[in-house]
Amino acid sequence: MGSFKVQKTYQQINDKIRSGDVVVVTAEEMIDIVAANGPEEAAHEVDVVTTGTFAPMCSSGAFINFGHSAPGTKAAKVWINNVPAYGGIAAVDCYLGATEPCEDDPLNKVYPGEFLYGGGHVLQDLVAGKKVHIKATAYGTDCYPSREYEKIVTLKSLPQATLCNPRNGYQNYNCAVNLTNKTVYTYMGALKPRGGNANYCSAGQLSPLFNDPYYRTIGLGTRIFLGGGVGYVTWHGTQHRPGVKRAENGTPLNPAGTLWVMGDMQQMSPDWLVGVSIQGYGCSLAVGLGVPIPILNEEMARFTAVSDAEIFTQIVDYGNDYPKGKTSNLGQVSYAELKSGFITVKGKTIPSVPLSSMVKARQIAETLKQWIAAGTFELGTPQFTLPAA
Amino acid sequence: MYSKILKLRFPVTEVQKPVVCNLAREYDLVFNILNAGILPRKEGFMVLEISGSRKNFKDGVNYLKRQGVDVQNASQEIKRNEKKCTHCGSCTAVCPTGALSIKRPEMVVEFDQQKCSVCELCVTACPPRAMDVRPTDQLFFE
Repeated sequence: MGSFKVQKTYQQINDKIRSGDVVVVTAEEMIDIVAANGPEEAAHEVDVVTTGTFAPMCSSGAFINFGHSAPGTKAAKVWINNVPAYGGIAAVDCYLGATEPCEDDPLNKVYPGEFLYGGGHVLQDLVAGKKVHIKATAYGTDCYPSREYEKIVTLKSLPQATLCNPRNGYQNYNCAVNLTNKTVYTYMGALKPRGGNANYCSAGQLSPLFNDPYYRTIGLGTRIFLGGGVGYVTWHGTQHRPGVKRAENGTPLNPAGTLWVMGDMQQMSPDWLVGVSIQGYGCSLAVGLGVPIPILNEEMARFTAVSDAEIFTQIVDYGNDYPKGKTSNLGQVSYAELKSGFITVKGKTIPSVPLSSMVKARQIAETLKQWIAAGTFELGTPQFTLPAA
Repeated sequence: MYSKILKLRFPVTEVQKPVVCNLAREYDLVFNILNAGILPRKEGFMVLEISGSRKNFKDGVNYLKRQGVDVQNASQEIKRNEKKCTHCGSCTAVCPTGALSIKRPEMVVEFDQQKCSVCELCVTACPPRAMDVRPTDQLFFE
């Protein structure tokens, strides 16, 4: 650590946030600042860089405690708005997952299925303040004799609802194409035959983990923007794979790190938790997530200045290779190319289509910037950072 | 190619005349009969999807009107629910006419209704389901 010319601590940055002297910019603004002044000067000048991303993030859901009725119930099976939630946690606790479709959904029986309502939609309805219907069945015990539970609730009337997403904010993701002769409907969207379109899903230069590629500042206790409220990184996410091949600037060339995040749903809003229906695939939840990155030294300034032209991902055939678990050797492509609207695959120019909203990602980075500048959001010091190897 | 769905009403004095076939013979229009019938007072109605060049379409409709046929628009249109749209861009993968496109570098998804052919592919491709099919003439469905 002694080798850095600029050295700041979380404490010093938080003191500046409290006094109103903090300098905070978005990850996109940081690109120009570092290009103009160099990383050392930028690290002197800037204290915090904000990031943002908004996209469907499977592996999201909420722990919900719905409170006891009289007589009490030991809920064994639970449904919220007819979407099954997992009840095998305790008497009146459940976990509602974003990808759970509602009962009676025709699924893919009429292909491609529409998946109009599922766990993600229930979560959006809850944060929108709508009434939801909770139903539970039980086998009855001496202490909790009731065998049925039914109640109309709102988020406000619930004793507790905690968003707990085991895998969000993927550091990089595949660019999906389909080289077969028929359209496929994947979690990467509809892919037209013979490479008709290339879908990708990352905010690129604004995405949280591209701006701290080795997780130097992110870990348990990092305070974040989550679903419109304040949340925390609590662990490395599932499928966290820091060991993949990386570019010289540290950004991974494949899907790599992930975040496990939590937050109080009472603070969240339907603008930033949006239930989504992915044709032919299923339900999910689009999550708004933003991570502030402290510029502790010139290395962090350099990391946060990474631009779309320097971030690459692999092109994967979701028509044949991916479903069979094979690797595609279709080459890699930069996010600058992807965002331009066209990429070249096997000599053919094909339109590239985003699934991740840059409009919303920018709003998140801007909001987080305003919170920090206004002194209402201080940085959380991580107890330990995410595994980097 | 221009295409529109029209609802035609033929007054009792006109029902005996071969009117619609002239759209094809004289105006080079293709028509698809979606619904047709005779009402209790011997008045005829027909719902047609008419396709052809924009000029021929206009001339054909004027011809129908000259024959005393009441012509009403029964088309559907796609509307975007601006509150629901997250500007992700998924819809641009399936839109065949470029009505849905991305404005760069802002990455805002723009919807140009003039270019929309109402193919409805975006309706199910949109993850937050922001695209709705709606009748352009509300009265027709009331």
